Order: sequence, then C-alpha cells, then structure tokens
Amino acid sequence: MLENEANPTISKSTGLPRKRFYRARAHSNPLSDSHFPIPISPSEVDYSLHYPQLFPSNDQRDKNKKIEFADIGCGFGGLLISLSTLFPETLMIGMELRDKVTEYVKERILALRVANPGQYQNISVDRTNSMKYIPNYFEKAQLSKMFFLFPDPHFKEKNHRRRVISPYLLDEYAYALRVGGIIYTITDVEELGEWMKTCLENHPLFEALTSEELEADPAVKLLSSATEEGQKVARNEGQTFQAVFRRISAAP
Amino acid sequence: MEETPVDEGDTNKDVEVAPALIALHPSENSVAVAVGSDLRVFDLVGNCAVSLVDESGPPYHKDSIRTICYGSKGQLFISAGDDKTVKIWSTESWRCIYNVVSEKRVSAAAISPNGLHVCFADKFGVIWVVDLDGGVDGNQPLVNKKAVSLLSHYCSIITSLKFSLDGRFLVSADRDFKIRVTMFPTKPVNEAHEIQSFCLGHTDFVSCIAFVSNLQCSHGFLISGSGDSTVRLWDILSGSLLDTCEIGDKVELLDSKEREGCHSAVTSLCTIADGALVAVAVQSLHGIILLNCDLSNHTLSVVKVVSISEETFIPTSLSTSCSTGYLWMVTGVSSLHNLGHSSLAHVKVMSGFNKDNSTANDVSVVEDDAIPGGTKLLEKLQGGITFDEKVFLAAAEAVKTAMSNLLTKKQYSIEKRDFRKRTRNDRKLKQ
Repeated sequence: MLENEANPTISKSTGLPRKRFYRARAHSNPLSDSHFPIPISPSEVDYSLHYPQLFPSNDQRDKNKKIEFADIGCGFGGLLISLSTLFPETLMIGMELRDKVTEYVKERILALRVANPGQYQNISVDRTNSMKYIPNYFEKAQLSKMFFLFPDPHFKEKNHRRRVISPYLLDEYAYALRVGGIIYTITDVEELGEWMKTCLENHPLFEALTSEELEADPAVKLLSSATEEGQKVARNEGQTFQAVFRRISAAP
Repeated sequence: MEETPVDEGDTNKDVEVAPALIALHPSENSVAVAVGSDLRVFDLVGNCAVSLVDESGPPYHKDSIRTICYGSKGQLFISAGDDKTVKIWSTESWRCIYNVVSEKRVSAAAISPNGLHVCFADKFGVIWVVDLDGGVDGNQPLVNKKAVSLLSHYCSIITSLKFSLDGRFLVSADRDFKIRVTMFPTKPVNEAHEIQSFCLGHTDFVSCIAFVSNLQCSHGFLISGSGDSTVRLWDILSGSLLDTCEIGDKVELLDSKEREGCHSAVTSLCTIADGALVAVAVQSLHGIILLNCDLSNHTLSVVKVVSISEETFIPTSLSTSCSTGYLWMVTGVSSLHNLGHSSLAHVKVMSGFNKDNSTANDVSVVEDDAIPGGTKLLEKLQGGITFDEKVFLAAAEAVKTAMSNLLTKKQYSIEKRDFRKRTRNDRKLKQ
C-alpha cells in the first residue's frame, strides 16, 4: 500500500519506528488508578500475543516455558533488544507505564522481527503499572532477572513512595524472583543510587554480588551501555551508580 | 478487567457513610454493634448493657468506626475507623487498655490468634502491628501505644485483614482485586518480607475474607467475597483458586424488578459451625445466602437463600460464634443527612444451624422477643425498638453508593478529566 510506504513514523532506511513520533512525558504517576487491561493472574498472560512465533496457540503451549527476565520501566526498549540476542533462549518482557513509549517499543520489536527473521522472537512489551501488578504477571519464583534501569528519581521526600525501588515493593520483587535470581539497578542520580543500594542492603532477602561476580555477568555490562538513557549519560560523560543484588532464601 | 462506566458526577461528600457492623464474642459472652462513631456492647451472660470505660472520655471514637472484632480467645476487642484511632479493649472489664494513633484512616484490623499482636491497615495500604507485651490485664490503666509498619500493598485500600487460624500467615485483601498471604514473622518489628502467595482471580474489589477450619490443615482454607458478586475458595499456601461460586443470579431470582445488569457486591461473609456453612450478605438482598463448603472436594455451592420477611432488612454485617446455633445480622448506616437521621441500626438473629446439618432446613429468623437478651438487647444495640422501616431502604442505598464510591475505580470522560486537571490544587500553588 502506498500509504504504508509514506508512513512518516517509520524510518525509510532502517524500517524501524522513529522515536520522534513517540515523544511522551518523562514521568507518569504510578499512584493513579489505571484503566488499561491487566491479566487477572499469571496464567492469564497470553503468550501467543507476546511471542507469536514461539507460541502459535496459547491453549496448547508448553506451560513450563515462562517469562524469566523482566525489564521494569523498559522505556524505549534498548536493554531488551540487547538482551534478546545475548540470551536467545530466554523469554523476556518489558513493562512500561507510558502508553506512547510502549507503542514505540512494540513497533520496534515488530520491525526488528521482520528485518531479522528468526530473531527477536523472545522479547515483548506490555503497558502496565509494575508497581501495582507484578503478581498479576509472574508466579512466585518465576523470574531469574529483574532490571530497573534509570528509574524516575522522585526527589521530593513526599514522593519517595513513588520510587520503584522501595522497602515494601522489594517484598514483591523478592516474591517474583527465584532464589539465586538477580536484581539490577542503575541510575545517574547519586541520591537515588544511594537510596536503592540502602533499600537492597537492608532487605533480608537480598545480598550484594561480589565484584568478581559482577565482572563475570554479561548483563552488567549492558546496564550502562544498552539503554537510551544510559547512552545519554555516557554522551554527557555523567556518572552512574549501580546496585546489583541476589535473591537469597530467608534465614530460618 | 472490564471497563467501568464513565462517572457522571463528582463524588458528594455527603454520601461518605459507614455501614453498621456487628461482632459476636467467640463464646457468645457479649455482642457488639458499631454504627457511626457509636460503639454499643451488650453482655449476654449478665443480660445487661455494658458501659465502656475509656479514660480519655467519651466519645470513644470521633468519626465512623470501620472495623470491630474480637480476638479468637475472646479476651480482647478492637474498634477502629475514620478517626485514625485504634482502641483495644479488655472484654473482661470493658476498659480501653490501649490507644493507638494511626497516621491515616483505618480500614481493617485483626488480632493474632495467640492474642499477642494487633494488626491494622490504613487507607494507603500500609499494615501496622502493635505488640501487646505478652498479654493483657483487664484493669491496667490506659496506655498509648505506637504501631510499627509491617508490610504494604501499593497504595490500595485494604478492605479486610485476617490471621490464618494457626497464626502463621496474615492475609490482606484490597480493592485492587488482590489477596496477599504474608508469613507473619516471629519478630514483627522486623517487618514481614516473605510473601507466601497471592490469591488472584477476583475481577473486582475484594470486600471480605474469612477462614474455614479443617482438621487436615491447621491454617485453614480461605473464602473471599467480592464486588464481582462471587465467593471464592482458596488454598493459601499455593494461592490457587479451588472453587468459584456465583451468587449474582441468586439475588436476581429474589428481586427481578430493579436489575440493570449491575453486579451485586458481596458485603459480608461469616463461617458457621466450623465452616460447613458460609453465610453471605449481598447488596440489595433482604436476606442471606447460605453456601455449603465441602473441603474434601474443594467445592463451594449455594444451599439456600434465606429471605427476611421485612423487605427493608438488607444486612450490612454478619457475625457468629463457634459454639452457637445463632447467626447475628445488623443493617444500618452511620448517618443519613437528607433524611435527618443521625445513625440507624437494626439487629436480627437467625437460628437453626447445627453442626451436622449442612442442608440448613431449619434455618429461620428469630422473633424479636425470642432473641437472646430480648428487647433489652435490642434497645441497647439499636438505640430503640420501633422505627420507620422505610428509612432502612434509604440507608441500604446510601451504604451501596458509599461502597462503590470508595472501592470502584473512577473513570472520567475527557472533558471531565480536563476540568479536574484545571482545578488541581498543586497546579494552583505553582502559579
């Protein structure tokens, strides 16, 4: 169709959606009531919609194969796309609250799948409020990695409860992560970096990775390089602060 | 999750009313009714009205009471609500022995089975715990206590809070259709981080939860009622849904006149005779629905709808004790401004529940003068014996509106939303 070819939101050279047509506010209020559809329980997550090539039918799918990585607040999806080729056998999902940004990531993944047949079939994105609905998507101990990259800093103390890493929300992340699973956080805001690290250090179900373990983990390298936000920080030669912790079992 | 209809008008502050509540002592020593800010207790053993003793003086509560309950041992009683105060009473002396100040309005409360801790939830979803220092002395002077936060639902109103029967788990239900089962820590001051499970399946707010005891499982099975007009049975260890019982169509059978396809929310649940039967109160049903809970087959089924002859009696709260054949019901509301009534309560009792009778053939409403405590009790708990029946219909309607305003998510049309944005307070400050 002619119209399609002339669609200005798709780049002519790469076939990928152009970011400038998906501009959105930088922040979104996680406390407000949401009116988008949410799966009632993890068993209601339709894998055939997210991963059509791997799961042609949701009813007859292999129930043992589940999403293992979650990128919370995935933004424009840079990390997901890097992880997709690094862990081609692992199912992963990005969760983003901003509607337009989610649309962009959706289009981007679709375009990548077309341009690289057989690749990028293991990643998807959903518009959701992950601070409220993590248990609706993931069963207990389903995830092996959770990423929180450059989250909204919410400087004012009054708004600290809107931060995506907080002592109470860590309880829910610990529920979704299996023992041995890893939570990755990074920010360019020193105050927030300190906050996230303190929350994780004080939580009895998490322990910090050693520097050797950090060195050996391929995902750690992507934290500052893969995302759009991370590249922006690197361009401005800014500092980043990361905290990477492992889910441990509770002390008896 | 279906879309909620577009809200037409802004919520009117006047419709923020609280339903009347009832609670029965586990050995049926006393019965308590809360209506508005008023707490009324009747001693069933001494057959007399109880006068409460609170050193901070009356009124004991300064705003609507939202939750009352007895501890499972019957030594403690708590009342809490919109005045951000939790009062812990000794049921022996009926003195208020602990006073706990909350930062936010209190929406639910529970006492641990061993009687050592009191938990309460506020409207922002934070659950707090109060350590009772190893027990209570009914004659101790009033002590002000501080609560420490235990866990939190992310900014969702907690509608019901219960301990599992063995005290190992604390179960909290919220208006986001979620039920969270948390391991109750041995040292609750260290916060509760370990989530055992989430019970997910309801498609609207969860309004009430209750435990059913079972010999094979010490923590008990969980049943929950919701705005989606279902009652569900859960295994709390895994969070798996065992059965769903639709009760919406049962209500329709009774009053087919004013149905517009809207859900009838379950408002109160009560397990009878160790849980073989479950009594359910539903919006706009003048009566109760009795469910049979078969734990060996994991099923929940409607046994019977028991209707009450007065069409104005739509129970707002149900209670029973473990020993008795009586089910206590109350209907009423904290205040009805437009009708000039301050507070209304009407108590009724059903009898005929026996341990081995799961068919509920003998269940019937007890005449007013045959109620334990008789007219003396009714005078105390209702504040009078005769009243205009019609007012209760308006009361039931007000309770229904208040509940949907509180628990249903509001959705605004685009114009309405823009208008609300324009009148936002924080915007005004900046300019």
